[in-house]
Amino acid sequence: MSVVQAARERALAAALLARADEWQAAERRARSFDHGRSDDAAEAARLADDYRLLAHDLARARVLMPASRTRVYLEHAYGHTHATLHHGAWHLGSTLQRLLGVELPAAVRWLAPYLAWTTLIFVLSAMAGYALVHRYPELIALFASPDTIASVERGELWTQGILNVVPSSILSVQLFTNNIVVSLSAYCLGFLFGLGTLYILGLNGLMLGAIFALVERHGLATALFRFIVAHGCVELSVLCLSGAAGAAIGEALIRPGAAGRLESFRAAALRTGPVLLACALLLVGSGLIEGFVSPDPRFPLTVRIVIGVGYWCLMVAFLSGRLWPAARRGA
Amino acid sequence: MSSAPQQLSVASVTGIEVALPVAGPGARSLAFIIDWHIRLVLALAWYVVAQLVASGGRSLLAPAGYGQAWFGVVLPALAIYFLYHPIVEVALRGHTPGKRSAGIRVVTRSGAAPGAGPLLVRNVFRLIDCLPVAYGVGLTLMLLTRESLRCGDMAAGTLLVYQRGTDDAELLRNAAQRVGKLDTVGAEIAADLLQRWPALVPEARIRLARQLLQHYLGAEADISEGDELEWRSRVERLARPE
Repeated sequence: MSVVQAARERALAAALLARADEWQAAERRARSFDHGRSDDAAEAARLADDYRLLAHDLARARVLMPASRTRVYLEHAYGHTHATLHHGAWHLGSTLQRLLGVELPAAVRWLAPYLAWTTLIFVLSAMAGYALVHRYPELIALFASPDTIASVERGELWTQGILNVVPSSILSVQLFTNNIVVSLSAYCLGFLFGLGTLYILGLNGLMLGAIFALVERHGLATALFRFIVAHGCVELSVLCLSGAAGAAIGEALIRPGAAGRLESFRAAALRTGPVLLACALLLVGSGLIEGFVSPDPRFPLTVRIVIGVGYWCLMVAFLSGRLWPAARRGA
Repeated sequence: MSSAPQQLSVASVTGIEVALPVAGPGARSLAFIIDWHIRLVLALAWYVVAQLVASGGRSLLAPAGYGQAWFGVVLPALAIYFLYHPIVEVALRGHTPGKRSAGIRVVTRSGAAPGAGPLLVRNVFRLIDCLPVAYGVGLTLMLLTRESLRCGDMAAGTLLVYQRGTDDAELLRNAAQRVGKLDTVGAEIAADLLQRWPALVPEARIRLARQLLQHYLGAEADISEGDELEWRSRVERLARPE
C-alpha cells in the first residue's frame, strides 16, 4: 500500500471515528423506542436517518477497519437499530393480550383436526382399558397402585378422607403441578415424531378406563364420577388439547413438506406455543377445583356438575378468544 | 477449521446486512451457571427467611408434613427455582441477569428480540433439553449444530448472539484523535491504554506500553528503562495527532 493511500485511509478512518457521538445518539434513540418510552413521529423519522447513517458508516468500517472495536460497535448499533425499526415496541400487557386473544384462538382452530384425533385416541384407550380390566380383573395391577386397589376392595375410594391428610391448598398445588407436567410432557414428547404424545395419551386413557372398571366391580362408579365430574371435564379436555399440539409437532417432523424438517418443526412449535400457556392456566383452575371441591363431601352432585360444565364452557370461551373482546377488535 | 464465530446474517433494505455473532456452548453455559446460582440463592434466601419467620426463629428444618407453613415456605422457593427462566425471560424480553453477565441475548432469526410466544416455547422445551441429566440432550445438540442450538431454540426459532457493550463511544472519540499516526486498531489500543492507565497496576502499565511501542515502532521504539510517567509520555507521543 502506498504512503499516500495509507494516509488517505487513516484520514477516512479518523473522519469516521469522529462520528462516535452520532452513533451513540442513534443507539440511545433506538433504545428509547425499543422500550416503548417514545412515540414521537419526528424522533421516529430521525431513527430512520440514523439507520441509514449507521449502514453507511458500517459499510466503510468493514472495509477500512475490519478488525477494530469501531466495527464491532457499529455492528451492534446497526443491529439494534435494525431490530427496533422492523419490530414493534415491547409492552408486556399488550403482548400477553395478543397472545391469548388473537394467537391462541387461531392456534386452537388450526389444531381442530388434531384435537379430534387425539380425543378419539384417548376415548379408544379408555374403552380398551375398561374392557381389559372388565374381562381380566387381575390386569388392574398394571394400572393402579396396590394401595388404591386395596382401598377400592374395602369399598372405599382412595380419595375419601384425603382432606384429613393434606389440606386443600396443598392438594391443589400438587395436583395442578402434576397435571401441568403431564400436559407439557404430552406436548414436548411430540418431538419424538409424535410417539411420546401417543404414549402419554394412550397410557392415561388406559388408566382411566381400567380404574373405572375396577370401581364399577365394587359398586363405586357413581362415587368416582362424583369425584371427577367437577374438575375432570376441563382436565381431560386439556390433556387432549396438549396432546393435539404434540401431535402437530410430530406430524411436522414426519411430514415436513417443502420447507424442510427443522423449519416445519419450528413453525408448528411456534404456532402451538400459546396453547401451552392456556393449558397451564386452565390446569391451575382445575387443580383448585380438584383440591377444594372434588374431595369435599359437602358438595352435592348437582353443584359438581354445574361447576364442571360451567368451567368447561369458560374454557371454550377462553380458547376461542371470546373472553378478550378488545383483542378481537384489534385483530 | 476457521476460528471465526458463526454469524447470523439478516438482509436489510439498506443493502448492508446485519451480522450478529452467534454465542457458542461456552458463553451459553456460563450464562446458565450464573442464572442457576442466582435462582438457587433466591430460592434458598426465601426458604431461610420464611422458615425463620414461620418457626419463630427456632428452626431451619423443613416443616414436618403438609401444612400452611409448607405452603408459605417450600412452595414459593420451588416456584422461584423452577419458574425463574420463563418469567424472567418474558419480563425482560429474552434477557436474564446471567445472559447479561455473559454478554449474550436471545434473538429471533430476524435479529429482533423474541415475543412472549417463542420465549415460552423455548422454555417449555427445557423438559427435553434437560434429559437425561444435566442438560445432556441440550448440550449435545448445541455441540452438534452449527449455530449452537438446543431443542428449545430449534422449536422457538431463536438463537443466542453476543451483545456488545455500548460504552465504547468515549473510547472511539479518543481514538479519532490518534488515527493520524497509527492505524485504526493501534489508535483504539492507545486510547484504551491511556484511558485505563490509572486503573492498571504499575507493572501492567509498563508491560502494555512496551508491547504497544515495540509493535508500532519496531526497532525504533525507545524501550529504555524509565518510570511510569516516562512510559506514559512515550505512549502519548506515539498516539499524538499529527
